[in-house]
Amino acid sequence: MTDISAQPMPSQSAAASIMVGSKGMKKRHAAEARFKAYGIVAIVFSLGVLAFMLFTIFNDGISAFRQAQLTFPVTIDAAVVDPTGTRDRNTMAKVTTFSYTKVLNNSIVAALLDKGIPQEKVSDKELGEMVSKSAPAQVRNMVLADPSLVGQTITISVFANGRIDGYFKGRVTRDTASRDSNVSPAQLDLADTLRDAGILSLGWNSRFLTNSDSSDLRPETAGLGVAILGSLYLMFLVLIICVPIGVAASIYLEEFAPKNRWTDIIEVNISNLAAVPSIVFGILGLALFINFAGLPQSSAMVGALVISLMTLPTIIIASRSAIRAVPPSIRDAALGVGASKMQTVFHHVLPLAAPGILTGTILGLASALGETAPLLLIGMVAFVDNYPGAPISGFFDPATALPVQVYSWASRSDPAFLERSSGAIIVLLVFLVIMNVTAIILRRKFERRW
Amino acid sequence: MTVLLLVAIIVAIAVAAYVMGRQRALSMVSGNVRKLHSLPNYYGWHAALMASMPALILLVGWLVVQPFVLENRTLAFLPESVTSDPVARKLTMADVRRVASGLDVAVRAGALSEEQASMIRAELTDIRARLADVGVALGSAVSSETLRAAQVYRAAALSGSTLRNILTLVVAVGGLGYAIWATKPAFRARNRVEAFVKALLIASASIAVLTTVGIVWSMVAESLNFFRQYPAADFFFGLTWNPQFRGGSELGFLPLLWGTLYISFVSMIVAVPLGLFTAIYLAEYASPTVRAWVKPLIEVIAGIPTVVFGLFALVTVGPLLRDYFAQPLGLGNSGSSVMTAGLVIGILNIPFISSLADDIINAVPQSMRDGSYGLGATKSETVKQVILPAALPGIMGAVILAASRAIGETMIVTMGAGAAAKLSLNPFEAMTTMTVKIVGQLTGDTDFAAPETLVAFALGITLFVITLGLNILALFIVRKYREQYE
Repeated sequence: MTDISAQPMPSQSAAASIMVGSKGMKKRHAAEARFKAYGIVAIVFSLGVLAFMLFTIFNDGISAFRQAQLTFPVTIDAAVVDPTGTRDRNTMAKVTTFSYTKVLNNSIVAALLDKGIPQEKVSDKELGEMVSKSAPAQVRNMVLADPSLVGQTITISVFANGRIDGYFKGRVTRDTASRDSNVSPAQLDLADTLRDAGILSLGWNSRFLTNSDSSDLRPETAGLGVAILGSLYLMFLVLIICVPIGVAASIYLEEFAPKNRWTDIIEVNISNLAAVPSIVFGILGLALFINFAGLPQSSAMVGALVISLMTLPTIIIASRSAIRAVPPSIRDAALGVGASKMQTVFHHVLPLAAPGILTGTILGLASALGETAPLLLIGMVAFVDNYPGAPISGFFDPATALPVQVYSWASRSDPAFLERSSGAIIVLLVFLVIMNVTAIILRRKFERRW
Repeated sequence: MTVLLLVAIIVAIAVAAYVMGRQRALSMVSGNVRKLHSLPNYYGWHAALMASMPALILLVGWLVVQPFVLENRTLAFLPESVTSDPVARKLTMADVRRVASGLDVAVRAGALSEEQASMIRAELTDIRARLADVGVALGSAVSSETLRAAQVYRAAALSGSTLRNILTLVVAVGGLGYAIWATKPAFRARNRVEAFVKALLIASASIAVLTTVGIVWSMVAESLNFFRQYPAADFFFGLTWNPQFRGGSELGFLPLLWGTLYISFVSMIVAVPLGLFTAIYLAEYASPTVRAWVKPLIEVIAGIPTVVFGLFALVTVGPLLRDYFAQPLGLGNSGSSVMTAGLVIGILNIPFISSLADDIINAVPQSMRDGSYGLGATKSETVKQVILPAALPGIMGAVILAASRAIGETMIVTMGAGAAAKLSLNPFEAMTTMTVKIVGQLTGDTDFAAPETLVAFALGITLFVITLGLNILALFIVRKYREQYE
């Protein structure tokens, strides 16, 4: 030190003082400010993109919950729907939806006449096409369920065609309609008139949550019912497969495992499995559970087995840290009063670790709920029209899941399905938010500092 | 008796065994628990386990083995031309099974008597029509050999399951008897039960290893199958990817590898700076309140399913890039492109890098910062010259892990990158990746004998090896170069 202070200080200028900023200092402070700004920009950009993404999805998807519906009186013409006049359900079931299309067409033409709405350039056939192709089947089911409706006039509410619906949501314009074989500008004009007359309205669409998927021709009836049920089945099965195995594995690794080759191999495997791409698990499921074990394709059971294998590392890691957080004094006390090692773990350590394990499990399930790629490979992307049956046999029926439904709708050509795809994401995100909030609340409630 | 019913009976026996074992132990010491080696419940548990476990193991084993035995028995009744060809054998066996289950349905529906079902001849009756009457649809008319085989199959299956039921129940009752016999005051029931529980724990822990084995086995077996039909050199070094359904496909791997790496590279360019700066700001600059809010918000990104990002890429980012960059610059007019997928994967990976880097930066001891400040360094100088060098191995590990995730990412590239396999440098052109092609070749109608389907398994094992290699590399870097602070 003395050597250094003995030398003359490198003299800058006479004005150099600690109180006055030098040029170098200014540069360094500017660099400092710049560096800090980079951090803020990075954060703002990341959160901005997140907000933008959520905004676009809500913006596109919220309209899936509203649907153009036509409400008008329908006269169930006995001569058409029950030509034999027996009112017998089995003979009436022989009448196809095609006949009901006629009933509906006649009724809507009559409804327009009744209200005095000029039909002008729209033919009766085109007017009928403005009603969804699902409507005849809907009326037919109503009549078959209650044959006393035959001959009566009932006021019903049916979906409008997907293009008419798109017009009110801004997806279809007169410009696109003039180039579209499925809808004409004249029909759109008429739709406006119908809306003013109160026949056509844009209302809450609960069937989006209960209907099953539908074909390309009728996007208006496509719903999430099967997907939501399939996802619930999946989550239930993943829960009962994953939690016992995951907790048992973590108990072994934390409390019993000796330090040897085998436990080393297990540890390395668990951390590696956590990083294996999800699609690889899909290939495993296809080869092992479907081709080798012969389980039915696109069933919730196969999906759950694959997702369980994927989620297991997450749950094991979370459970282990929960078990590790229980202080050794608890174990020592239990062992000290004569409990066996097994009794100590099951009577004392596990109950104390349970909240942590639960939180980890919910978070693991939340990420499992959004998993898509492996489910594509085991065939859950297939078009599923029917609800899977009740448990247990229903676990082996073809099903689909929410994220897969998002994907399969996004890959359809009709833009009406894009709206539904975003709508499905909203439902998926609602489930995720509920699960995450539950986990956070549980953590807050049971968090314990030793 | 169905399997479900059998399991229910075994469970009932186990419950009875629990009660009986416990009672037996108590009665032997006339209620004086202190004379027992274990608590009374352990004697009950021991009896329940003894009654149920051997029986269940037998049942599972039987269920696994029975199909193979049945197949072997049935094959004897099929012509040589069928049994020698594996594909024909598989198809015929499926037919046999379908006819057999059709006969079962017919018997249950009362269309055939049990005797008729085992006696009818294809030459005399139209089986297909008879089965169609009870709602069993068969693809083609039933040949006499198939019918004969199906009848043998039915008979064998029936006698097999009867034998199975009897044996399982005998084992269950035998186990119960043994447990009751073994129950004595000095019997170490707790140790037995605990040993069993421990075996269960070990088995659960071993599932992770079994999964890895399953992954490798499932992909290696099918990949070898693929390489038998398609030369490995053509696969690994081929420059064209052009699968044809009629055969003569070119299945070159390089365009897919190029697409994968290019997209991952773009994503890393986005994710690394953003993630690192986020981590540095949160760890070094942010006040506790800001940190408490921003860190969870950033992690929300990681909690959003990838299919959501995929839709975002498809609907928003793709068209945006096309309209404002690709078309004005004359670089193409495709919405799905390397840039689209890369950008979105990059955003997905920001929280991954930032939270890992955050942990690593926080692990650098405070004394090193204090030392740096004491020498007059500013915060940014400290970060750049002290903290980052100290945290570098860990950050490298995090970056490699993020790259491995980008390579394995599926939904975003499936929806945002396109399906055309190309070797091109233009980032605004649609390209494709290994994961996209795995999905493409394995969804829809697949024929597991064709190289066009099997190539997916070869792609899968390659992907697995690449990501595993990157993970191990990350682990190695962290272990080898980590500075040890106490």
